Amino acid sequence: MRFADSIFAGRFGIATQDLDRYLAAALAYGGDYADLYFEYLLTSSIGIDESIVKSASQGVSMGVGVRVIAGERTGYAYSDDLSPKKILKAANVAAHIASGPGKIGKFDLHEGVRHNLYPVLTAPTETALADRVELVKRADHAARAYDPRVFQVQAAYADNLRHVLVVTSEGVLTVDRQPLARLSVHALARRNGETPQQGHSGGGGRVDLDFFLKDKPPEHFAREAAREAIAMLDAAEAPAGEMTVVLGPGWPGILLHEAVGHGLEADFNRKGVSAFSGRIGQKVAGELCTVVDDGTIHSRRGSLNVDDEGHPTGRNVLIENGILRGYLQDKLSSTLMGSASTGSGRRESYAHIPMPRMTNTFMLAGQSDPEEIVRSVPKGLYCANFGGGQVDITNGNFVFSASESYLIEDGKITRPVRDASLIGNGPEALKYVSMVGHDLRLDEGIGICGKAGQSVPVGLGIPTVKIDRMTVGGTA
Amino acid sequence: MENHLLELANDIVRKAMAGGATDAECTIGEGDEFSAEVRMRQIESLKEAGSRGMGLRILMGQRTGSSYTSDLSGEGIERLVRSAFEIADITTEDPHAGLPDAGELGAIEGDLKLYSMGIENLDPERNIELAKCAEAAAFAADPRISNSDGASFESGTSRHVFANSRGFSGEYRTSSCSLSASPVARDGDSMERDYWFTMARDPEGLQPAQEVGRIAAHRALRRLHPVKVETQKVPVVFEPRTARSLLDSIFDAVHGMSIYRQESFLAGKLGEKVAGEIVTVIDDATIPGLFGTSPFDDEGVPSRRTPVIERGVLKSYLLNTYAARKLGMKTTGNASRGLAGNAGIGYGNFFLEAGVETPDRIIAGISNGFFVTSLMGFGVNIVTGDYSRGATGLWIRDGELAFPVSEVTIAGNLRDMLLSVEAVGSDLEFCGALAAPTLKIGEMTVGGK
Repeated sequence: MRFADSIFAGRFGIATQDLDRYLAAALAYGGDYADLYFEYLLTSSIGIDESIVKSASQGVSMGVGVRVIAGERTGYAYSDDLSPKKILKAANVAAHIASGPGKIGKFDLHEGVRHNLYPVLTAPTETALADRVELVKRADHAARAYDPRVFQVQAAYADNLRHVLVVTSEGVLTVDRQPLARLSVHALARRNGETPQQGHSGGGGRVDLDFFLKDKPPEHFAREAAREAIAMLDAAEAPAGEMTVVLGPGWPGILLHEAVGHGLEADFNRKGVSAFSGRIGQKVAGELCTVVDDGTIHSRRGSLNVDDEGHPTGRNVLIENGILRGYLQDKLSSTLMGSASTGSGRRESYAHIPMPRMTNTFMLAGQSDPEEIVRSVPKGLYCANFGGGQVDITNGNFVFSASESYLIEDGKITRPVRDASLIGNGPEALKYVSMVGHDLRLDEGIGICGKAGQSVPVGLGIPTVKIDRMTVGGTA
Repeated sequence: MENHLLELANDIVRKAMAGGATDAECTIGEGDEFSAEVRMRQIESLKEAGSRGMGLRILMGQRTGSSYTSDLSGEGIERLVRSAFEIADITTEDPHAGLPDAGELGAIEGDLKLYSMGIENLDPERNIELAKCAEAAAFAADPRISNSDGASFESGTSRHVFANSRGFSGEYRTSSCSLSASPVARDGDSMERDYWFTMARDPEGLQPAQEVGRIAAHRALRRLHPVKVETQKVPVVFEPRTARSLLDSIFDAVHGMSIYRQESFLAGKLGEKVAGEIVTVIDDATIPGLFGTSPFDDEGVPSRRTPVIERGVLKSYLLNTYAARKLGMKTTGNASRGLAGNAGIGYGNFFLEAGVETPDRIIAGISNGFFVTSLMGFGVNIVTGDYSRGATGLWIRDGELAFPVSEVTIAGNLRDMLLSVEAVGSDLEFCGALAAPTLKIGEMTVGGK
C-alpha cells in the first residue's frame, strides 16, 4: 500500500507538506531526530460463556504520537485528535526536549522499503459479525462435546485492524495495514465432586477469516483446551528441586523469550543493566542452541512489515551455536551504540514511546528424534504447555509456569502433575541444553509480551529440548 | 467545560434509547499524563499528553451490544451508536443481563479527596529535580550503587463520567502522582536491581525523594551475592509489598464471575472457615483519599465497605449486578469497566487488616525460614488454588535475616496457605488500592538445589 491510498491521506486528508510541517515543528528547538506515528485502530471482540454470547463489542481509536530525540533525551507527546492544530501542539510539546536553534523544514520524504507479509484482502475486522460469532459458538459446542466431564467453557474471539503511518525526519514515510485475529478457549473439567481442572488453548495471526474456517477451525482449539483440562484430572503433586526437564515443541519456547530474549533488548544493554551486557561473542548456551528473532515470517502474530519506527523488520540471530551474537536494536539504542537498527522498535500504541522488543523468537531445529530425547531421561519432567513467564533482566533470573506437564520415569512419560513454576538463570540455563529435537514448532499465535507497561503481540517457538538441570517449583 | 461531558453522556444514552434500545449506559473517560524519567543524573525522557474516549452499552431486551470510540465528533458518535446496535444483533438472549434496579443506583456523599488542586500547575522542572534527587540519594547510599535503571516522576488527572437510562448520571475527578527509583547494585560479578516508589493524590503526600532513593538502594544492596538454598519445607514470611500479591489472589478467588462459574477454590464456601482466625480481609471503596476509593462503581451503584473474610470466615464475594443475579444475591458495588464490553468486577481498597506483631518480632520467632521480598511469574491457579512462583528474599536463621536468596520457587496451595497464616504484622500501609501487612505462612515448599 502507498501513502496516497492510505486512510490517512484519504479520510484524514493528510498531505506530505503537512507531514513536513509537523516534523519541522517537532525540531523547532533543534533535536537530532523526530518521528510521527499515526494510528487508526479498529477492534472487535466476541465472548461466549455458559453457551451464551454474553458480550461483544467493537470500537475505534486513533491518534498520533510525536517523538523528538536530542542526544540521549526523548521528548514525547500525543494527540487523539488528528486536526493540524492538535498535531502541531503535540509537536511543540515534544520539541521542548531540545533547546537550540530549529532545523530546516524540508525532509525529502520518500516511501520506505517494507515487506508484504500479510497480504490479507479483507481483514477479519472487515467481515460480517454474524460470521465471526459462529466461531465462538462452534468452539463452545466442540469443547463440551469432547467429554461429559467438561462443565464450563469460555471462548473469546478478538480481532483488530491497525492502520499506521510512520514519518521520520530522516525522510522515511511508511504506511502499513496490520490485521490481527485470535481465538482462545478455556475449559473446566470435573470428575464427580472433585476439584475442577482447567485447560487453555488458542491461536491466530495476521490472517484472514479463512484461517479459522479452513486451517485452524474453532474445534481444533476447543478440543485442545478440553483435552488439557481432562488430562489434568489425574494430576499428582509436582516435584520440587533441580532435575532434568524436557520441553515439548511450540509454546514452551517461552523459555527463550524469558531466559534470553528480554535480556538481549538493546536498551538494557546500552545502560549496562542486563545480565547479558557486554557479553557479545561469549558462550551463553550449549553448542546445540541457535536462537533467532524473526519478524519476517508470513502471517505470524509477531511479524510486521515495518517496525513501529518505520524500519523493515528482519531475521536477527541472537545466539549462534551457543555464542551470543547480537542485540535487538531500535532507533535510539542503535544510534547511541553506533550500530544499526534491527527493525525491533515497537510500541503498544500512538500513546507510547517505542523501545526494542521481540517479534517471533525461536530456537532452530536440531538433529535428535523427540522420542529418543524422552527415552534418554531416567527421571525428570516433561512440559507440554505453559502459561506466562517473567524475567529480572539484571540478575538474569526467569520463571515460567507449566500448565500441563508429566513425570518422566525410566524414559517414559507417565503421570500428569499439577501446575508448577520453573526457574533458572538466563546466561546459565541454556548451557545445560544437551539435546535438541528436529521438530521445531512455532506457537499457535496467542502470545502477548509486556514490558514497561506496554503490551505487544509476539510469537514463540522451540523444538523438543532436553535441559539437564533446572529448578522445578512443585511441592512434592 | 466541566459539565459538557456529562451532558454528552446523557445525550448518547438518549440517542440509544431513541434508536430502540430498552436500556443504555454511557461511560466517558478523560485524562492527562505527565512523566519525567531521569537516568545517570540526566533527563532521559519527558512525556506529556491528554486523551479521552467513550463507551456505550445498550440492551435490546436481554441482548447486549457494546462499542467505544476515541472520536468524539458528531460522525464518531453516530458510528458509536450504530456499532452498539450491530453488536446487539449477534449476541444471545441472556436472562440475567440488565442494568441495576433504579433503587440500587446512587453515589456516596461528601468529599472523598480524590482530586487535589496541588496537581495543577506542577512545575516540570521541579518534578525532574525530584526524580534526580531520588536517584542521587540512591547513588549516595553506597559506592556499590554504580548504575541505575532510572528514576521517574509521573502525574496525571482523570475524569470519569457515567450515565444510564435509569436516571443515573454522575462524574468524579481524580489526581495522582508518583515517584520511583530503580538503582543497580554491583559487587564483583553480582549485579542486582530493585526499586521503591511512592504514590499520592497530591505531591505533598509523596515520601521525600531522598527516602525513596535510600530505600531503593538498600533493597538492591541487600540482594547482592545471593545463595540458592536446598529444596525444603519452611515457614515463609511475606513483606508488605509481596503480601499484597496474595491479596490479589484472594480477590481473584472471591470474584463473582469466577464464583458462579465455579472456577475458584473459594466457590461455595460462604460462611466457612477459609483462613486463619487472625485473618480479616475488607474491601472498602469509601476511605477518603485512597486509590481504590470512588463515589460510585462503574454501574452507578454507591461504593461501600464489604467485609470479605472476617476472623477467618468467608463472609462475602465481590459482585457486580450480573454476578449477583447469577448467584441470587445483591451487588456489592464492585462493578468495574473500561470503555468496551460488559462491566467486570474490581476491588475498591482491598486489604488485610493489621495485626499486633511487629515484623521484627515475627521474624524473631523463626529459626529457619524464608523472608520473601519479591515474586516473579504467574504461577497461581485460582481454580485449584495451586501456587508456585519464583521468589527472591532473605533467609531467616535463628530469628534474624541472615543472607540473600534468589533463583528459588515457593509453592503450596492457597487453601492451605490461607488457613496457615500464623502471624499478621502491625505494618499495614496503603500505596495503591491493595494493601497487606507482613504475613507469616506456617509452611511452604521452597524449591532450590
